[in-house]
Amino acid sequence: MVENRPLANALSHLVLVLGVLLVAFPVYITFIASTQTAEQIVQNVPMSLLPGDNTLQSYKLALLGGQTEYGSKIPPVAPMMMVSMITALTIALGKIAISLLSAFAVVYFRFPGRTLVFWMIFVTLMLPVEVRILPTYKVVSDLGLLNSYAGLTVPLIASATATFLFRQFFLTVPDELVEAARIDGASPMRFFWDVLLPLSRTSIAALFVIQFIYGWNQYLWPLLITTDESMTPVVLGIKKMISGGDAATEWNAVMATAILAMIPPALVVMLMQKWFVKGLVDTEK
Amino acid sequence: MAVEKRVRFKSWWLPWVLVAPQMAIVLVFFFWPAGQALFQSVLQEDAFGTSSEFVGMQNFQRLWDDDTYLASFKTTAVFSVLVAGIGLTLSLLLAVMADRVIKGSGFYRTLLIWPYAVAPAVAGVLWLFMFAPSIGIVSFWLRAMGFDWNHLLNGNHAMTLIVMAAVWKQLSYNFLFFLAGLQSIPKSLVEAAAIDGAGPWRRFWTVQFPLLTPTTFFLLVINIIYVFIDTFAIVDAATSGGPGKDTAILVYKVYFDGFKAMDLGGSAAQSVILMAILIALTVVQFRYVEKRVNY
Repeated sequence: MVENRPLANALSHLVLVLGVLLVAFPVYITFIASTQTAEQIVQNVPMSLLPGDNTLQSYKLALLGGQTEYGSKIPPVAPMMMVSMITALTIALGKIAISLLSAFAVVYFRFPGRTLVFWMIFVTLMLPVEVRILPTYKVVSDLGLLNSYAGLTVPLIASATATFLFRQFFLTVPDELVEAARIDGASPMRFFWDVLLPLSRTSIAALFVIQFIYGWNQYLWPLLITTDESMTPVVLGIKKMISGGDAATEWNAVMATAILAMIPPALVVMLMQKWFVKGLVDTEK
Repeated sequence: MAVEKRVRFKSWWLPWVLVAPQMAIVLVFFFWPAGQALFQSVLQEDAFGTSSEFVGMQNFQRLWDDDTYLASFKTTAVFSVLVAGIGLTLSLLLAVMADRVIKGSGFYRTLLIWPYAVAPAVAGVLWLFMFAPSIGIVSFWLRAMGFDWNHLLNGNHAMTLIVMAAVWKQLSYNFLFFLAGLQSIPKSLVEAAAIDGAGPWRRFWTVQFPLLTPTTFFLLVINIIYVFIDTFAIVDAATSGGPGKDTAILVYKVYFDGFKAMDLGGSAAQSVILMAILIALTVVQFRYVEKRVNY
């Protein structure tokens, strides 16, 4: 702060509070809707802005599924949460593992084709699934991976961002450490495990947050390759629940599902905020 | 920073083993399908997928003549400009304010960053619910003010809806980068300007904003990529490309033509065009990053 201007400071706080409210409002509405009954939401327009008394029933209906009064079936969200969790963890850890290994190879070895390998990984940045939808679907289908965890995760595990971040970090590790390891007769993998990996903890934590969210929030890819209800991630499940139109939708269950779908990634961001912010800014360098 | 290590390990096989997993995935799930898209884009397949013939540039020619494709281009362009423009302005405003306050800056940051964690599809559903013509609370307020909101019938309303959801979802990302950029500006520069008698407004435009140019430019490219790629889920969840094709952005059209309309050649040709756009954007982004290192 350069000088003290009470009026300007008050204005700053006002803008920030408005910003926070704007950001929070949609989620507040979602939460309120999840505490009411489907009838209350559809019949009392505008809906009440205070929590209703149907919270437990809404979340129970969402988590375990069930029959509505109109006879339509609500699929249980609990298994979807499980699918999302397994997918997100596999993608995050898988990306970190293979990127650590690739970055180690590219930085600490000289081998023919090293530059080519580096460029091939780089080019994947420009080829996300979204721009090559059909042929990628075809490959996965030919390999018999539709409706499987392997199909949901493996095609998304390659990571240029993670490889670059680890490469950047390895380049800052002092050469003396390698020399010392070599004098002590440590093999490359020994050096990797005992020296490099412990040093990379912060980068790993940062990437974990970003990649976990990436994995949890996947939408298009599961939409393409999962037809089986038991392999539907929760983010995709929500969309399937609203496709019947306003009146036929059990909005309280949908909104409860939305809240449930937001909790794990939001928790990861909030609890690991320090690493998350660092990782986000670092990966883009 | 060094680009090369002076000290290395020696092994002729180990590096290959180390890069093998990543290479396998890259080749099977990235390069092969991308090559297939290129290949398919010059073929015409019959409806049953039993035979295909080489048609050269015909698929591209067909796209060029296709009004809905050109309309989709325009939709994507409008969507990008609105999301990047509104999103960057709002987040810059918030970042400047958060940079100004001494007390509570961390607190505000915590409360502003979590939409990053919300899935685009969920963001789409949240905003859809608030603006649903019959039951939405905001659409009710709008009607009370004499504005008849219906994004199911009005293309402009639908576009407004997805722009709001997309801006909301991306706000935290932009905010974090602007805040980091502002905090990396040396305090002495701002103080010197203050001593020279420049007020906060003047200081922002003559000192802080010019020094933020790299961040702003970087975020502009990232936001355009975001709109091209990641907003598919928002569009699919909130409007399904409708009404009509008024919010069918390019990626949505690739998906729709390939999976719903089964036009393989056309979808592949669109994929190739999207790849070209994305490659151009990435090159711009990285060329600039190299410049920033020297800067």
